[in-house]
Amino acid sequence: MLHTVNKSPFERNTLEACLKRAVPGAAILLIEDAVYAALAGTTLADAMTSAAQRFEVSVLGPDLAARGLENTALVKGVTVIDYGGFVDLAVEKGPVQAWL
Amino acid sequence: MDAAYQVDGKTIAHDEEGYLTDIGQWNEAVAGIIAEAEGLPMTAERWEVVNFLREYYQEYQIAPAVRVLTKAIGKKLGPEKASNKYLYELFPYGPAKQACKIAGLPKPTGCV
Amino acid sequence: MNEQDTDGTVTKRFMVVNRKAPHGTVYALEVLEMVLISAMFDQDVHVAFLDDGVWQLRRGQMPGVLEMKDFSKTYRALEGYGVEKIYVEGESLAERGLSEQDLVIPVEVIARADMARLMDGMDVVLTA
Repeated sequence: MLHTVNKSPFERNTLEACLKRAVPGAAILLIEDAVYAALAGTTLADAMTSAAQRFEVSVLGPDLAARGLENTALVKGVTVIDYGGFVDLAVEKGPVQAWL
Repeated sequence: MDAAYQVDGKTIAHDEEGYLTDIGQWNEAVAGIIAEAEGLPMTAERWEVVNFLREYYQEYQIAPAVRVLTKAIGKKLGPEKASNKYLYELFPYGPAKQACKIAGLPKPTGCV
Repeated sequence: MNEQDTDGTVTKRFMVVNRKAPHGTVYALEVLEMVLISAMFDQDVHVAFLDDGVWQLRRGQMPGVLEMKDFSKTYRALEGYGVEKIYVEGESLAERGLSEQDLVIPVEVIARADMARLMDGMDVVLTA
């Protein structure tokens, strides 16, 4: 299963909801405003570091770049991917569950 | 196209397909007029289905899909009435569609 | 994970996940209508309620006072539509002070870990 999350964890609880129900080893991709969850130094960073050990956590590069975060430090264990990587991930880990 | 039925001097609005806009305005006289517009005189058998639909709607707040209607009618009114054939004879353009319209209900969800 | 029927058609394991409370947004009603329609296509439909989605099944709703439709009654029609795999997450109920007796229909209450596994075994999952 590939889980996608697209809302900021500082405003909505969809990332938390996803983390509670993903099975170990599942892929979680942070897109749109959910990319803020991938940043180091936030109040969520510890929880995300731990999540990255249980799941394959990645973040969509273009959504980081659009928000001026391309060169900002990320939580350890989170991988940056591009659109091609998104497609590969969907093929490899699908079906996709979009947490809206 | 006329957007309302005229019943006993009252105006009762309907949508472009003839379904009542406000289910609360239904009464037996309106049913008779809708049935007439559909070319279907109201017989005891037709009333039985129309009343069944109104009860179903009261209980579940939806108009049932045909398959569900057929099954539920079989349970309530007897297995000999639980057939598409029986219901289509009463309502040739589709039981859910025509009978729902006469019963004042919205168009059925999943009308497929 | 597809089940191949004897006539060769493929049935998909399909799940809708309800996470939103019923009347503040249109999601709950739209999802319910989608479930009723999907039931007509002979798919292996599963319906799950978790987080605020469990409020959709709360007994005694009277949205009529807001002039809104009481679709909590419509969940009781699911059985007649052949939708019988209905799961509610126990933790989500407990967090909200709810128990199975507070719900409008009989459901299968399952633990969060089992919900996670169940979702993971689906072919299609729609979350709203």
